[in-house]
Amino acid sequence: MSGAFSIAELGHYALVLALALALVQSVLPLWGAKTNDERLMGVAPAAALASFAYVAFAFTALTIVYVTSDFSVKNVWENSHSAKPMIFKISGVWGNHEGSMLLWVLILSLFAALVAVFGRALPKSLFATVLAVQGWIASAFLAFIVATSNPFARLEQAPVEGRDLNPILQDVGLAIHPPLLYLGYVGFSIAFAFAVAALIDGRVDSAWARWVRPWTLAAWMFLTAGIAMGSYWAYYELGWGGWWFWDPVENASFMPWLAGTALLHSAIVMEKRSALKIWTILLAIMTFSLSLLGTFLVRSGVLTSVHAFATDPTRGLFILIILIGFIGGSLALFAWRAPVLRQGGLFAPVSREGALVFNNLFLVAATATVLVGTLYPLGLEAFTDKKISVGAPFYNLTFGPLMIPVLLAMPFGPMLAWKRGDLAGVAQRLSAAAIAAVLAVLLTLVLAGAENILAPLGVGLGIWLIAGAIVEITDRIKLFRTDFATSWSRLKGLPRSAFGGLLGHAGIGMSVIGIVMVTGYQSETITTLKPGETAEIAGYALRYDGAAPRTGPNYREDVARFTVTKNGGAPITMESAKRFYEARNSGTTEAAIKTVWFSQLYVSIGEWAADGGLVVRAYYKPMVTLVWLGALVMSIGGLVSLTDRRLRIGIAQRARKRPAGTAPEPAA
Amino acid sequence: MTRKQRRLTLIGAAGLVLALAAGLVLFALNDQIVFFYSPTDVAGKDLTAGTRIRLGGLVEEGSLEKGDGGAVSFAIIDAQNRLAVRYVGILPDLFREGQGVIAEGTLDGEGNFKADNVLAKHDETYMPREVADVLKEQGVWQGEEGSTTQ
Repeated sequence: MSGAFSIAELGHYALVLALALALVQSVLPLWGAKTNDERLMGVAPAAALASFAYVAFAFTALTIVYVTSDFSVKNVWENSHSAKPMIFKISGVWGNHEGSMLLWVLILSLFAALVAVFGRALPKSLFATVLAVQGWIASAFLAFIVATSNPFARLEQAPVEGRDLNPILQDVGLAIHPPLLYLGYVGFSIAFAFAVAALIDGRVDSAWARWVRPWTLAAWMFLTAGIAMGSYWAYYELGWGGWWFWDPVENASFMPWLAGTALLHSAIVMEKRSALKIWTILLAIMTFSLSLLGTFLVRSGVLTSVHAFATDPTRGLFILIILIGFIGGSLALFAWRAPVLRQGGLFAPVSREGALVFNNLFLVAATATVLVGTLYPLGLEAFTDKKISVGAPFYNLTFGPLMIPVLLAMPFGPMLAWKRGDLAGVAQRLSAAAIAAVLAVLLTLVLAGAENILAPLGVGLGIWLIAGAIVEITDRIKLFRTDFATSWSRLKGLPRSAFGGLLGHAGIGMSVIGIVMVTGYQSETITTLKPGETAEIAGYALRYDGAAPRTGPNYREDVARFTVTKNGGAPITMESAKRFYEARNSGTTEAAIKTVWFSQLYVSIGEWAADGGLVVRAYYKPMVTLVWLGALVMSIGGLVSLTDRRLRIGIAQRARKRPAGTAPEPAA
Repeated sequence: MTRKQRRLTLIGAAGLVLALAAGLVLFALNDQIVFFYSPTDVAGKDLTAGTRIRLGGLVEEGSLEKGDGGAVSFAIIDAQNRLAVRYVGILPDLFREGQGVIAEGTLDGEGNFKADNVLAKHDETYMPREVADVLKEQGVWQGEEGSTTQ
């Protein structure tokens, strides 16, 4: 007990020390950059690494008190239970407000430490300024934790048993979803720090973009996977079979994703063509601002949902001040300093640059509609007392139409030449993809009937994206236009980022097909079944065999067993359960899910009636797994691009080879 | 094209896309949003049958009845009024009589509410926020601030 006693306090001290170091990191290097004092600038990486070490120590300390079930720590008592499986004891560390903020700061300081390690080849003043900006963010959030959200607070008397974690959160989904999401969210802080540093420096060049792009790509990759993971978790855990609700909390992570996607693309233009500099800086600021806004929405208790673990007005106010400070401050800096930056290269409207601008315009407009949909209800309630909710119909009318031009134009972008492109020529080269898309529309119409005309068009759109991405590669390697050996060697010679682009664009196509198929062709049945009775769903016969109780580590459950057959084929067993968690006096429904190719059969149960009848809700969800597989493919595309030699995060190695490229002379 | 013309083209295109987005948003905000009402709000308003709303309040004790094939009926009450709700589906795990609930659906014109979605709280320690606000306004419920953070 005495050992555990000191660990929580040490964790708390470590947080305070990390805050002190972050403050040092915020001020001294900046002063050094201004006065050209190398010793002061040299403080930055050391402070960043030390700050990371202290935050990591605090996080480890919190993990230890969770693992050892030390209920004298209030946070552990509120969110843990001695009988909880070990994986949920660990993931429970961030399954609450205080712990999740600590995870946020841990990842933030991890990124700062990575910049400190890998960024030594950067121009000295840029390096110091970037780390100082990272220090501002870390100081703000560490101060927030220390002042309002201490995860190590003690109870005066240690209870014997904890109150357990919210059952919905006791799932592997929680172990994976928040860390991935935060790696994405917080990863955009690097692009932000670089943008602010460029504004302070008054100088930005393609070396800057070469630096920002891999970090943005890494953050984007994690965010993509994190959003998909959260979506799948909601799908199987909440028992409604819905995979996206346009919930403000989901939007909070989706907006940085949209802006981050735009940023990835504009950074390409900036790196290759030195154009769109000011715009890229602005996007970097906007993307991280949306991450901060998301943190505010989720953490302040402005929205009450499963994500807002608690509501405490001082916390909301504190984060709001951080939010206003960073967004307002960086935008003001932008307005003041952006005109100093030099303009970049020229390009014709029809060109690769033009296509990327097209992508950016529509993505940013779409982000804006999501922002309005998320904030409008809050604003309306604050000013008029009217309470409204904005759901799928709103986004179908706003976000949907704005995404269609982006998707239609997507295969054109990578095939257009830089500076001045030949639209007619590209259209001709894309004819194979167009034919594939038309065939997909016709095939869907033949198979599914013509009652629903939008869904076949949507499937065609998805195939257009996938085929378009493939055509881009086959075109580059001149497949069938030269001998096979030449094509093969060209294929081997393509940069990894070409395949990253292929996967990114094809992944979107897969998700589009999944979304359209499940929206257009899902079937659903709800009925009461007694043991031995059978229900029909999409050609499957679903027989309810009966129920049996079962005991888990910290819950008990009633498990309903089903036998599913299709056309007399081999029977499949499915189990759906009602769980009851005693410590929390609450329960969850565990849906039964059977994946057949890309489609899923989804069975969820209600209450048992006195006569043994059970309410059963069954769905057949065609191609639904493509929604998440597409996102996974996009994420893998990001990873493949990251391994591109020209785009490696450890840019230091390349800097040794080409010092002139990464350490440019000051602009005249 | 000169640099200036190109920039104007770009700004023009951006303006067009933003105008399109703004138009869509304004149209959708007029048409596609759902208002939240308590039973008393509904009684005081002359809502046309078929208007989509979110209805929030407490589930009346003893009002829950289960029919065949997942059909359920219950009543949502606040301090002054009650409204009968019909729903086909599986109620959320934390749906309880006497506790807060939000039902989304339409009025049928005969004083009944046909819900196609029922939301209860995610956690036993808090109410749907809108419901909590309504009940606080009517002075029925003082909030459970004490328990939300513990």
